[in-house]
Amino acid sequence: MSTETIAPREYQIYSGDDLRTNVLEISMGPQHPSTHGVFRMDVSLDGETVVKLKPVFGYLHRNHEKIAETTSYLGSMPYTDRLDYFCSMTNNWAYALAVEKMAGLAVPERAEYIRVIMAELTRLQNHASLVGFLTNDLGASGTPLLYAIREREHILDLFEWASGARMMCNYMRFGGVRNDLPSGWLAQCKKVVDDFPAFMDEFETLLTGNEIILSRCQNVGVLPRDLAINASITGPCLRASGVDYDLRKVDKYGIYDRFDFKVPLGSVGDCYDRFMIRLLEMRESVKILKQALATIPEGPVNDSKARNFRPKPAEAYGRIEGPKGELGFYLVSDGTPKPHRYHVRPPSFINLTVLEDMCLGQKIADAVIVLGSIDIVLGEVDR
Amino acid sequence: MIDLAPILAKFPPVKHDAAANALIVPQALALEVAKWLRDDPAYRMDYASNVAGVDTLPVEKKTKVKQPDGTDKEIVTKKPGSMEVVYHLYSMALKHGPITIKQVTTRENPVVTSLTPIYRGAEFQEREAFDLYGIQFEGHPDLRRILMWDEFKDFPMRKDYVEPDDYEYEPTPHDAVLAKAKAHYPKASTSTEAAS
Amino acid sequence: MTLLPTNTSFAADEGLRSELQKAGVFVVSLEWVYNWGRKSSIWPLGFGIACCAIEMICTAAARFDLSRFGAEVFRPSPRQADLMIVAGTVTKKMAPQVIRLYNQMPEPKYVIAMGACAISGGPFKQGYNVLKGVDRFIPVDVHIPGCPPRPEALLHALMTLQRKIENQRTLGSDARRTNPAYRGENRECPIPEFGEHDLVPPYNPEVWKPHTIVREA
Repeated sequence: MSTETIAPREYQIYSGDDLRTNVLEISMGPQHPSTHGVFRMDVSLDGETVVKLKPVFGYLHRNHEKIAETTSYLGSMPYTDRLDYFCSMTNNWAYALAVEKMAGLAVPERAEYIRVIMAELTRLQNHASLVGFLTNDLGASGTPLLYAIREREHILDLFEWASGARMMCNYMRFGGVRNDLPSGWLAQCKKVVDDFPAFMDEFETLLTGNEIILSRCQNVGVLPRDLAINASITGPCLRASGVDYDLRKVDKYGIYDRFDFKVPLGSVGDCYDRFMIRLLEMRESVKILKQALATIPEGPVNDSKARNFRPKPAEAYGRIEGPKGELGFYLVSDGTPKPHRYHVRPPSFINLTVLEDMCLGQKIADAVIVLGSIDIVLGEVDR
Repeated sequence: MIDLAPILAKFPPVKHDAAANALIVPQALALEVAKWLRDDPAYRMDYASNVAGVDTLPVEKKTKVKQPDGTDKEIVTKKPGSMEVVYHLYSMALKHGPITIKQVTTRENPVVTSLTPIYRGAEFQEREAFDLYGIQFEGHPDLRRILMWDEFKDFPMRKDYVEPDDYEYEPTPHDAVLAKAKAHYPKASTSTEAAS
Repeated sequence: MTLLPTNTSFAADEGLRSELQKAGVFVVSLEWVYNWGRKSSIWPLGFGIACCAIEMICTAAARFDLSRFGAEVFRPSPRQADLMIVAGTVTKKMAPQVIRLYNQMPEPKYVIAMGACAISGGPFKQGYNVLKGVDRFIPVDVHIPGCPPRPEALLHALMTLQRKIENQRTLGSDARRTNPAYRGENRECPIPEFGEHDLVPPYNPEVWKPHTIVREA
């Protein structure tokens, strides 16, 4: 028997200095759990780092503009519901505003208040859902989203009570809103609005200090201020980069100059700022809602003469501060009952311009969060 | 309303369209005008909000005019078609706007100057106008189809676009759809339709 | 609720069966147990296209609670899914991907066309890029009207599908003849190509043919 010495073996340890990976090209989407619909991005990866990212659109291109040019002005109102299907009320308002601007229609006092109430309720449920979906992308599989949807249902019930539909409200009309609020609606709305801060407290306790959210959102997907302006970014994404530009303050459309509210601004422009801006904006929306509910006057809610009309040859660009950014409608009339040109300026679509800039050099898992923090809805991106 | 006179004074080839309160900018000058508007301290139009293509078909209008001798004379007025790209510029720095800029071109050979080098925000919207209207943007860094697939040949938002005929089955056709659906009806049923 | 499927010719004495039930002994066919398991654990594909997908999410959330029907396990991969809920407008650009997802699902597989768009193109059917109904390319089991259908409607569609599964033959010699999933034939649908003006071909003639329209006076 030979005696074997027991000694550690020698291993060659690879230094890794010349370790290179091939660039991996991934087509992410259109069916992917984290692309918020049928969005697709062609990503090139070096290891896990994004070196190129090209968004691909059109999987929900429903020809909204072409259809609108073959129907009457009022006929397009239900289609605007389906642009950004989270926020049908604000879509209605933007379109009504553009037509009112073109035709010079006045809106009664009570209708202006109803519009503000509906728009701010829309902003509440949109931002709450967005935060839910964003945390879903972060791996918090479901819980914050379920909280947000639970709260969203209260607001959808209000919409349904007033307009007859949960999501596709089709509630605004040129020169007002379709019908007055049912009796008891305002009291119920007041209750929902009063209860909302409790949900906000719960939500913020759950999320804002969460270690995973802090480490995965802070300094990820930074959008510099100058690039944000040059690339026409609007809405919470712009304000997260520190630009004070809120159309409710700038244009003062409707009656927004009567309400006291603040515009939250970010300082870094990363995903965490975009996430926090939504939470802070919800607080401000609650403030506006409380003021509007306290001061809403009685009176007519629409102008029955403004149903179907034939505008003079003219063009107009009307825009509002939607929950996702500046939603604009560009209308050209040639004197016939149908618009000659009907164009939507979709905030989600244009906010995606900087997706590549924000994702370059980040990990592929962070690209998902950057996309989630922009807040896109594909109905509006592709129209 | 923003005072447009300084622009018109500085760039004499730029025309003012009073009806739409828009500036009609020749293609050769478009980049220069946009750059000036963006950087001039009085305007600071740093934000291109909206970019839209507009297609107008040529119109032929016949009007009958009574002559002094009692006979009718037909006068044909022709209005040529056009392809336009409309930009709405705002200022985030000074919080004013809009200034509307139009580049007008022909329907047969639509070529305009891309403003993407000045405004990144125009990138996707110009691609959309290229995709749906077939307008060529000179100087655009990445002019590809954006909404339709790459193999697609038509420009669907043009007014004279003919859509594919998939009206084989229409349960409740009316108006224009009925006319299209009728082409697919079997012979016998067409006659009953006509009889009714 | 009858414990025996209506389509079996299994004969048992009703009185005896009821006596046995009181003692906790249930006489059912193996097929009933098999179908009961299948219908109570449908795994849908987590695949939203448009507006209807939001109502689908609401259905799965706390208020309407899809899990009461055993169908809350939304799978991100078609390889693990039994049911595809086509929730939204299928555009021509999206159609090949929808068909590819259908082909990737294992048998037995079911399709719910949710909402007017998935049924016929809905409000957008005059659009040049909108497919006039997903059933032009893949077989659909349940159609739900609505724009979008309410969560209750989706629950109803799910129950309708459960009834369909309950009555399907899975065992015995009949199963091959009556249940398409057990025929052993290739159920893959051909994927259309992007043409210069339209999809080529515009529909799959094996699953859809234009209906013959005879209009009476």
